[in-house]
Amino acid sequence: MALPKYTETRYRIWHYFYITICSCVFFFLIAPLFVIFPLSFNAEEFLSFSEGMKNLDPDAFSLRWYKDMIYGTKNPWGLAAKNSFIIAIFATLGSVILGTVAALGLSSRHMPYKGLIMATLISPMIVPLIISGVAIFFFMAKAGLAATHTGIVLAHIILGTPFVVITVTATLSGFDHSVTRAASSLGSDPVNTFMKITLPLILPGVISGGLFAFVTSFDEVVVVLFLAGLENTTIPIQMWTGLREQLSPTILAVATCLIILSTLILVTAELLRRRSERLRGINR
Amino acid sequence: MSSETGKILTTDGIPLEVSLKKAERKNKIKAFLLVAPLLLFLLITYIFPIGDMLMRSVDDKMVTEMLPKTFKSMEKWDGKELPPEEVFESFYFDFQKLVEEKRDGKLSTQLNYTKNGFKSILKKLRRKAKNFEEGNYKEQIMAVHKRWADVEYWRAIQRRAPAYTSQKYLKGIDMYKNEEGKIVSVEEDRRVHRILWLRTLEIAFFVTLLCFLMAYPIAHLLATLPMKYSNLLMICVLLPFWTSLLVRTASWMILLQQQGVVNDFFVMIGLVADDNRPEMMFNKTGTYVAMTQILLPFMVLPLYSVMKTISPSLMRAGKSLGGTPFVAFWKVYFPLTIPGIGAGCLLVFILAIGYYITPALVGGASGTLISNQIAFHMKSTLDWSFASAMGLMLLAGVLAIYWVYNKLVGVDNIKLG
Repeated sequence: MALPKYTETRYRIWHYFYITICSCVFFFLIAPLFVIFPLSFNAEEFLSFSEGMKNLDPDAFSLRWYKDMIYGTKNPWGLAAKNSFIIAIFATLGSVILGTVAALGLSSRHMPYKGLIMATLISPMIVPLIISGVAIFFFMAKAGLAATHTGIVLAHIILGTPFVVITVTATLSGFDHSVTRAASSLGSDPVNTFMKITLPLILPGVISGGLFAFVTSFDEVVVVLFLAGLENTTIPIQMWTGLREQLSPTILAVATCLIILSTLILVTAELLRRRSERLRGINR
Repeated sequence: MSSETGKILTTDGIPLEVSLKKAERKNKIKAFLLVAPLLLFLLITYIFPIGDMLMRSVDDKMVTEMLPKTFKSMEKWDGKELPPEEVFESFYFDFQKLVEEKRDGKLSTQLNYTKNGFKSILKKLRRKAKNFEEGNYKEQIMAVHKRWADVEYWRAIQRRAPAYTSQKYLKGIDMYKNEEGKIVSVEEDRRVHRILWLRTLEIAFFVTLLCFLMAYPIAHLLATLPMKYSNLLMICVLLPFWTSLLVRTASWMILLQQQGVVNDFFVMIGLVADDNRPEMMFNKTGTYVAMTQILLPFMVLPLYSVMKTISPSLMRAGKSLGGTPFVAFWKVYFPLTIPGIGAGCLLVFILAIGYYITPALVGGASGTLISNQIAFHMKSTLDWSFASAMGLMLLAGVLAIYWVYNKLVGVDNIKLG
């Protein structure tokens, strides 16, 4: 953002002030994530930078907490990671299937009561999580699904579907329906048309909705806190307990792994978004 | 192809209008069937349970069912003087039945909520009632303890007769129904819930304001920079957005602790003395700082997507028509960004008002919100009906905000970025 040569001094000052403010905000957004990296390699048991770390002494750094995360005694992280992945994968599958099918119906111009139904379908996103947590807990307790994987998966499907519904409806809004009509007129049955024509075209939207659903489930703690028993502990629950009780650097090692995972997800989501825009012919 | 009545027919001889309607209905059913599985799933597992919360929050059947005969005979009693023998008699039989079923403890807990002092006199009654003779129960019960001869206690029992109560909602705003049935506030030093509601509103409001003030300039920068720079900077917004909430809270706990990086920095530049490091966590400051950073992307993304659609030539036009850059900004650019501001503020405010995890971890006692109170009653006191009542009050607030927003700006303007 170079300024033209004729800019008056006061606007020049204002411009630099504006750039400074923006830099500060960006720093505020991103810097907290980076404090975790160096501290997770701390050789000592403290959560602050030791003198050795400040002087970049190689002995002050170690992989101790990563080893503890993987091999530690009475290690909860292995089970938690396994549970988190199983729950998130099934919840994502459920959300994507239910959400995509519903979005197909919602995008039809024949859909009756569209506004009301849309509001119902995305309500889990609007209602504060704590209320969803209480309501879902009451249901699961009655259905005998509290403290089971099934119960948590169902709960996460509830929370994940709104994202799939929204992203897939958005993708379908730029969808040319004449291609499906062409397929039908050429003798394809509806299921075949969906699999061969519609799905490949809306796939980027479906996958990015699925990513949202995956992250929602993988990161969800409020509802799980109500539902989970000892057997169903997940990574967020384990972190929550750790942060409340004793802040050990092992948590930072886990956090570093999670940041790497979220970077991967971010890159995937971004690539998908661009591909989707290209496919839908939106060129910016 | 026109029939005698002048209607257009299809090739099968059916009027076109009927045929079209039939096709339309078929399409409607088809579309609805696609939505049905998810709708049904959500209704059963989500919407009905919220209705269940409503039932729980007003439900007060427990005492009603424990003392059925007593309440029946009380219907004729005006509540001015001691109830007649009939009431005492049916109370005696109801109570004996509860003792047999070992449910008298529950009754005494419940009645003690309504009026203090029931626990001991019910215990005494249970002991003495074994040797009661038939007939004249009024005298016998009154002889057990002098409180049984106090009309106040009988009125307290009568107040528990209705199967539904608004008591939990009143408790949520620190009010209760007193002995005369009037709704009054609790003593000033016990008004904990009102403080929490006000604090929740205050924190949600200021977090929204802070997010807006910080997000507006960077959204503007992102929208006006050339693509290759803005994409890079966008990562700064999107990476926190995709990162686990607990990870971000953990990093704030590390930064804000007394030996943390922020305090180290303050000491280094000489702002505070090393032995006098301020507490920045486990209070409101911690809640404000952490929540603002965590919710900031939710403000930036809607603002950015709106600003992206504003053509830069509009600002140039404003300036060329004689406005200073500030006037051009204020009169041209700013009004165009209002839908984005609305969407961002709504999103952040609604998220902030129901926040639970971050305040619980960095908020301490003075930085917790109403959600923490709901969780506390769900998990610790197990007063689920009270938790339900508070949850529904919060939900009503959120829906009201949503409704106002819909009237002012329109919900369709919300974008996920």
